[in-house]
Amino acid sequence: MARELGGNWSGHDPTKIDLTGKRNRRLSEQLIRFVLMACAGLSIVTTVGIVLILLFEALRFFAEVPIWDFLTGTEWTALFSEKQFGVLPLVAGTLMITAIAMVVALPLGLMCAIYLSEYASERTRSMLKPTLELLAGVPTIVYGYFALTFITPQILKRIVPEVDPLNSLAAGIAVGILVLPLVASLSEDALRAVPLSLREAAYGLGGTKREVALQIVVPAAFSGVMASFILATSRAVGETMVVAIANGGRPNLTWDAREGMQTMTAYIVAVFSGDVVYGSIEYLSLFAVGLLLFVITLTMNFISQWISARFREEYQ
Amino acid sequence: MSVAAKTERALIEPERTIWRPQIGQRQRQGKIWSAGFFVATLSAVLLLALLLGVLFIRGWDWLSWTLITEMPSRAAERSGLNSAIWGTVWVVSGAAIFSFFVGVGAAIYLEEYAARNWMTTFLKTNIANLAGVPSVVYGLLGLALFVEILNAGRTVLAGALTMGLLILPIIILASQESLRAVPLGLRQAAFGMGATRWQVVRAHILPAAMPGILTGTILAVSRAIGETAPLIVVGAAAYFPYRPDGLFSQYTAMPVQIYQWTGRPQEEFRDLAAAAIIILLVLLLSMNAIAIVIRQRLSSRKRW
Repeated sequence: MARELGGNWSGHDPTKIDLTGKRNRRLSEQLIRFVLMACAGLSIVTTVGIVLILLFEALRFFAEVPIWDFLTGTEWTALFSEKQFGVLPLVAGTLMITAIAMVVALPLGLMCAIYLSEYASERTRSMLKPTLELLAGVPTIVYGYFALTFITPQILKRIVPEVDPLNSLAAGIAVGILVLPLVASLSEDALRAVPLSLREAAYGLGGTKREVALQIVVPAAFSGVMASFILATSRAVGETMVVAIANGGRPNLTWDAREGMQTMTAYIVAVFSGDVVYGSIEYLSLFAVGLLLFVITLTMNFISQWISARFREEYQ
Repeated sequence: MSVAAKTERALIEPERTIWRPQIGQRQRQGKIWSAGFFVATLSAVLLLALLLGVLFIRGWDWLSWTLITEMPSRAAERSGLNSAIWGTVWVVSGAAIFSFFVGVGAAIYLEEYAARNWMTTFLKTNIANLAGVPSVVYGLLGLALFVEILNAGRTVLAGALTMGLLILPIIILASQESLRAVPLGLRQAAFGMGATRWQVVRAHILPAAMPGILTGTILAVSRAIGETAPLIVVGAAAYFPYRPDGLFSQYTAMPVQIYQWTGRPQEEFRDLAAAAIIILLVLLLSMNAIAIVIRQRLSSRKRW
């Protein structure tokens, strides 16, 4: 009887029932895993691609222009017939823009962050935060337009009349406005991560709101705030369109922010206003400048990550 | 005098205490600072208003259907964005399709499959760093790799791939965050029912994480729409009065056209650029609005 009940199993060993479903499920699982891994691997390929291409083309450039002359030369006339490839004027332009931008963005951004995190009511915050996000979502070319057609003629002309139509000051201010939301939102995240108990303890000792904010919360969030500052600096260094529009196309080694200076990024864009021949010295110079830019921003990003990991205060 | 010495003296002679609360002065200082913080925040908002105000004042009279339906031209009155709009549609949708699938795949691998080892840490650090590479450097990568080495030329394809690589890290980071927010219980329950890893991901985790992934993708795409520098480097044409007709067509894009008009010396082209920027911003704002709606629609259904 029992054997008849089990008749359906004839030819099968009941202890060897395959409960894992279709046999090829394992195979397709492996396949999917592989495809997903390849997707993640593409990011490595991109990085390696960037590094290799920049290095390879830059080495071809340095075969013609000694790297020492490139790094220490004070004349950059790549787009003229008499070519000089000293990158310092471009680096100076980038430094000028970055410095002006940071003077605008860091204090304002941190103050915004303190206001949003410590002072603003939940309702005010819920209105201001999206506004800042909106400001962050505006394409950079719009800030360039703003600098060229508003900041310089309408504001700077009235304060410093001898300012050039294309100048570092307006471009720097515009880049500052551009990175302000980044500083504000990253710093605010850091400030809000400071536990409430720290604030309560400070209030308990008789601190005023300002003292708690500036002497307790900001130092406690130091690593996050610094990381946001460095990230913003790196953004300003790599910013392209604002400086391409509002800061002149002439490499110019100067301390005068009223004049136009070309930055590294603006040079790269400026090359494409003419015809670029593949393999020509102008073409290769793009990659030398690009490599320098990449190294600078990558270093700053690493420092930012290192600071936020090294100086992080852990709270329970 | 050191603090310790001061304290000691204060204990001996209580009337000479160092306890000076000066509460009134500190409160007044606090008021000044809080006003300062408020003004700083307000100035950021006012800057946005000012920016929009300037654009509207300059561009309002130039907003017309001509701007959308016409091709760029030598005369400002007859110039339009039509070819640029189509170029942007081609390039950005190409980039979005490429980077959405690859990006979500990478995020699934990192969050659901990868072992917690140095390799995964390395991948994650690498992606975070890629997100910080200046966009113009991506342009150089595209120029050397797609335009020259793979010989795609100055085409939609080269532009789309470059832009795709640029927004890939943004999509990966957003998707990872969204996947991480899915509670562990959901995975455990599905595994407990005998599902394989992919079945768990496809049937349970991805649907739960989709709102966040879509929001991140839309934000990444709106970043791509506004990016100018990489497209200039990989060869978007400064003047191109035709619609692209395929992946191997030449193209121009909205921000590139705006850049070109801004660079002209004539005032009317700058006004035209302002009008074009308004159109660009309206497009970006509506995309952001869609992202918010999607996030709210889809997340209102989930309860955990």
